[in-house]
Amino acid sequence: MERNIAQIALFAAMIAALGLVPPITLTFGVPITAQSLGVMLAGAVLGSRRGFAAVGLFVLLVALGLPLLAGGRGGLGVFASPTVGFVVGYPIAAFVTGLFVEHVRLRSPGLTAGLGAVVGGILVLYLLGATGLAYVAGKTLIEAFALVAAFIPGDLLKAGIAGMLVQALAKVRPQTLEWLRLPASNGNARL
Amino acid sequence: MISLTSPVRTRAHDWSAGLKLGGLCLASTGLFLTANPAVHLAALALTLVLYAMPGPVFLRAGLRSLRAVLPIVVILLLWHAIIGDLMAGLVITLRMVTLVALANLVTMTTPLEDLIDLIHWLTTPLRRLGLPTHLLETAIPLVIRFTPVLVARAATLAEAWRARARQRPGWRLILPLMLQALDDADHVGEALRARGGPLGPN
Repeated sequence: MERNIAQIALFAAMIAALGLVPPITLTFGVPITAQSLGVMLAGAVLGSRRGFAAVGLFVLLVALGLPLLAGGRGGLGVFASPTVGFVVGYPIAAFVTGLFVEHVRLRSPGLTAGLGAVVGGILVLYLLGATGLAYVAGKTLIEAFALVAAFIPGDLLKAGIAGMLVQALAKVRPQTLEWLRLPASNGNARL
Repeated sequence: MISLTSPVRTRAHDWSAGLKLGGLCLASTGLFLTANPAVHLAALALTLVLYAMPGPVFLRAGLRSLRAVLPIVVILLLWHAIIGDLMAGLVITLRMVTLVALANLVTMTTPLEDLIDLIHWLTTPLRRLGLPTHLLETAIPLVIRFTPVLVARAATLAEAWRARARQRPGWRLILPLMLQALDDADHVGEALRARGGPLGPN
């Protein structure tokens, strides 16, 4: 139990660190940060409930005024700005990513985590993000989607990276991935 | 850990955090209920006056944190200029900038401790229901303590990478960073347990 709290807190800190560290830029010159990768990893590594808790804790600290969002943003202003849907959607994205890895069994843990990141960290997150943008900026959902769609390729890349990182984690530290030990939900034995 | 609290101490620092937050909620609701450009212009002007009152240092810090919404303001205004409905675009952007500015104002004038106390107070009903909200009060300081630790560690990893390779450090650094964070979590968990753990009664 104490270790769960520590893992939740440390993952929240890692999401913050990934948004603050400038040397970790993912692609060739495109300034996308690794912060949403941290959100995907929280769900894929810790599972749905602890992943949700870790990312929720991170968002709470942003609301309290710590400049932890990528680019040093934070404070209550974030929740009135056009990106509110993404920030509020982060914990839910981690939760859905966690649900996916807990209930779907694919050939390799990396593939499971990568696909889970696509479902939670992209499908669900962009739905919520576009809804928030539509609400704040007074646009229709379609228009809002058009505005945020430019970021989807970068996030697909991050989902792939999340999959590779979880695959490596399953090899070097399998005891961390509790969902690997869970029996598959449909009753099939895990290979 | 640096927070976004203002560099200057203002009178508003002594006001109750709950009142400031309540006022912010009222102002936000009010601005969403009207589409009158004059009201929005007045609200923004009033907000700017509030920013200017504590002096130029405060004003500069406040305007700096507002810069983040600038790109979307430009995009929205262009969009509405193209579809020929500039008035609606003006109202939307005015409202957005005012709301973000007001919310930032609360953040700038409210110390972190006050907000944590406020959360303690807001979660009282949950505590009455038997939910372990005191776990939150264990977790928040842990995050605040470990964020700079992990940032420093990521910087060290990046430096070691640069000593070995010509390419810029990339996503591969995240695996060692995550492994170290997981090890830290094990140690912190043991340390919490050794101290009686956060699970006991407050």
